[in-house]
Amino acid sequence: MTTEYTDIEKTPVGKKMAGPVEWLDDRLGLAGAGKKLMPVRKVFPEHWSFMLGEIALWSFIVLLATGVYLTFWFQPSMAETVYNGPYKPLNGLEMSQAYSSTLDISFGVRGGLLMRQVHHWAAMLFVAAMVVHMLRVFFTGAYRKPREVNWLIGLGLLTLGLVEGFAGYSLPDDLLSGTGLRFVDGLIRSIPLVGSYLEFFIFGGEFPGNEIIPRLYMAHILLIPALLLGLIGAHMLLLVYQKHTQWPGPGRTEKNVVGYPLLPVYAAKAGGFFFVVFGFTALMGAMIQINPIWAYGPYNPSEVTAGSQPDWYMGFVEGAVRVMPNWELTFLNYTWSLNVFIPGVLLMGVLFTALGAWPFVESWITGDKREHHLLERPRNAPVRTAFGVAGMTMYAVFWIGGGNDIIATKFHLSLNAITWFVRIGWIVLPVIAFIVTKRICIGLQRADANRILHGYETGIIERTPDGSYSERHAPLPVANQFVLTSHDRLPVLEAPAEEDANGVAAPGSRGARLRAKARSFYYDGAVDKPTTHDVEHAAEHLGDHDGHPVPLGEDFQGVSETGIPRSHL
Amino acid sequence: MTDDLEPTGASEGTVAHEPIGDPGLPEHQWRPTDVDADLERRAERQVSTLFGLGALLFLGFCVAYFTVDADQTFLGWNGQNFALGATFGGGLLLIGVGIIQWAKKLMGDHEIVEERHPSASSDEDRTAVMIDVNAGLNESGIARRPMIRNSLLLSLGALGLPVIVALRDLGPLPHDQRRTVWKKGMRVVNDVSGTPIKPEQLQVGQLVNAEPAILFEEDADGERVLHGTEALQVKSKAAVIVVRMRPEDITPSKGRENWGVDGILCYSKICTHVGCPISLWEQQTHHLLCPCHQSTFDLADNGKVIFGPAHRPLPQLPLGVDSEGYLIAMSDFPEIVAPSYPELARDQKKLDKNS
Repeated sequence: MTTEYTDIEKTPVGKKMAGPVEWLDDRLGLAGAGKKLMPVRKVFPEHWSFMLGEIALWSFIVLLATGVYLTFWFQPSMAETVYNGPYKPLNGLEMSQAYSSTLDISFGVRGGLLMRQVHHWAAMLFVAAMVVHMLRVFFTGAYRKPREVNWLIGLGLLTLGLVEGFAGYSLPDDLLSGTGLRFVDGLIRSIPLVGSYLEFFIFGGEFPGNEIIPRLYMAHILLIPALLLGLIGAHMLLLVYQKHTQWPGPGRTEKNVVGYPLLPVYAAKAGGFFFVVFGFTALMGAMIQINPIWAYGPYNPSEVTAGSQPDWYMGFVEGAVRVMPNWELTFLNYTWSLNVFIPGVLLMGVLFTALGAWPFVESWITGDKREHHLLERPRNAPVRTAFGVAGMTMYAVFWIGGGNDIIATKFHLSLNAITWFVRIGWIVLPVIAFIVTKRICIGLQRADANRILHGYETGIIERTPDGSYSERHAPLPVANQFVLTSHDRLPVLEAPAEEDANGVAAPGSRGARLRAKARSFYYDGAVDKPTTHDVEHAAEHLGDHDGHPVPLGEDFQGVSETGIPRSHL
Repeated sequence: MTDDLEPTGASEGTVAHEPIGDPGLPEHQWRPTDVDADLERRAERQVSTLFGLGALLFLGFCVAYFTVDADQTFLGWNGQNFALGATFGGGLLLIGVGIIQWAKKLMGDHEIVEERHPSASSDEDRTAVMIDVNAGLNESGIARRPMIRNSLLLSLGALGLPVIVALRDLGPLPHDQRRTVWKKGMRVVNDVSGTPIKPEQLQVGQLVNAEPAILFEEDADGERVLHGTEALQVKSKAAVIVVRMRPEDITPSKGRENWGVDGILCYSKICTHVGCPISLWEQQTHHLLCPCHQSTFDLADNGKVIFGPAHRPLPQLPLGVDSEGYLIAMSDFPEIVAPSYPELARDQKKLDKNS
């Protein structure tokens, strides 16, 4: 449809804006900078999984907006006050100003409770979206060269997000958040040699002290958000510079990017999606209660509610802390609380180090130093996918540990049995998950090869003159075949030379041997895609069909990714 | 084995050894709204309706803000919160859905191809920048004047000192970790009412949450001596539980035989794991379970850890009875309360020496 269109500079509004726009461009050179840095028609490829990072970005904006609103009333002070306000059950109780001002926001400010709940839901969503986005990037190999730096920035964002979430959780100074702080106090004390000093410096004296809430408030509304904003900016800049990855497909190559232009479609979809995320979190804040701090009461170090839980993203640490054997030893006249330090502090360090190192380890193993802009289907990197699922399994097992009391009471199970299940399961289940996932990937690779070589099942049953029945297979459309064969061919594995021609041990041969082992582990069992010869042979076999080519019929519309004809769907 | 894998994959789609050649971008498919003017107008109306409803909901937010009271309820929800959130969130959602609908149905949907360029800078750029960098470094003379360079590095390194030292006043040095406010003669009082406890008030199997009497002490003006943070700090170490068991069930270790009064024992309420207050009491088994990480202590057996991540037994407070017949402490805790810390082993030795 072509309709009449007036160029924007010739419309009445455009004519009015021409002056100010020129004034700005005279000074800022916007057109030139925009053309280089962010062309108005910059292309972004489309896939539902590319939306996950967007959820994280938009929920961060929601957090900024609702957080600013909350600061209008929140008093980050541990000074003592006696509550006298609209929430009657707590009247006359001594509490900190932080807690009483949070009660005021919840009961005295119209829309205050809504904003608190939206803020908390958006925080849960922020971390969840970051985690899922990261899984997407991991399982599709999007972190490979040249995007390793952006992977590390993302990891930094996730780490900061966890700290930011914890700081916010601690601010209201209610019984639950105080219990969380007490837990962190225990973690800090467990740090070898310097634990006591860190505790007294961070809390400004003995727990709980007078300082921790003002300090956490500063970190929560200034320091960490500033770092988050800076890193998000860098994350986005690199995305724009390196251009988004895309799925392989007809016409989509390592050297181009195919999709909709920023203006109008992508800007509209992404911008519209901001409103969807904000609206969604607002509806959650309207309908689903979260963190009813008035029900917990003010913090009191001698009280706790059964079933105290951290926010979901700290659940795995909580679980590890719960199931850890009670190792504590005295060495060099110091007490080493391994029962707290290993699961509470070391575990996160190990997890984040492993995640940060993975892109480099993988490229060392595969020896792949090329740039990658096409995503890899998880099945085509069986060991990576299996590692990822093993890691997720371990995370999930620890999570079960973190909820062992709730699980025990809801399902009438023995708490001790659940604890022992986690103690053993965190090692055993990831190994099983690894093996199973790898086999599934290889099975899927075989199925893909099969679809190329034997076509898809047409649903047409034939009877031969001698009475036997068979189903006709027909070749997949070329576009589908292309997608199924667009990944890398497996490399040829060779053992490294241990000695040179003169019988002298080759330099660095130990490293080379290790790498060769890792390499054969990495590619073990993976199924290569069919060769040109295989495909020609298959085409002959499928096309000919004993001299009776398969008619596809008029309603044939190609086949879906799973090889089922679309007209049958 | 070489580092460079052969370039394969879709980038070289037409290379001979790729089984299937790249068929190229599929033809553009027209949408119903592209070819049917009625459908186009319908989509236009849909989008405008969504935006219009959004505006109405925002108006509704303002109405609700001034008309719905905080104590009204709606289907079990807090009425005010629901009205404000539903109108605000609903309006936002409608805007978002409207924009996306507009993009999907009406905006041009021609996919565009953009070429990628290697992320690396070109060799010319690299050379040019290195020439500039070298010229700059050369003019600075940093390589020729090692004395300047080294002294600068020294002073920059020394800058770290004030940065670290200035943090010293974040808090006091660790102190008093091995002591609590308990001392000989201090009454054990109920943690809510502050009333002292007589042994005969306790039934067998009963557990009472208690505090040192000093937390409820008042000065001449009727003000609490300890309040605010100071009171919290005291509580976070000195909170106790008092339990009564049958004396024959209790197996005191050596030296603890006289720490109880008629089967009444007193233990620290603060878990030795990470400091949660412990209070889940199983009368029949004499087990005390921490609700945070499920460490389980046997109170009939000197607070021994029988399950969970805690390592040290629950410290026991020696009990006695004063002249008026109320429960009192006979000393401070002989063991260190609250979570472990690096100097704990040393502090415990000091406590052992003093006793």
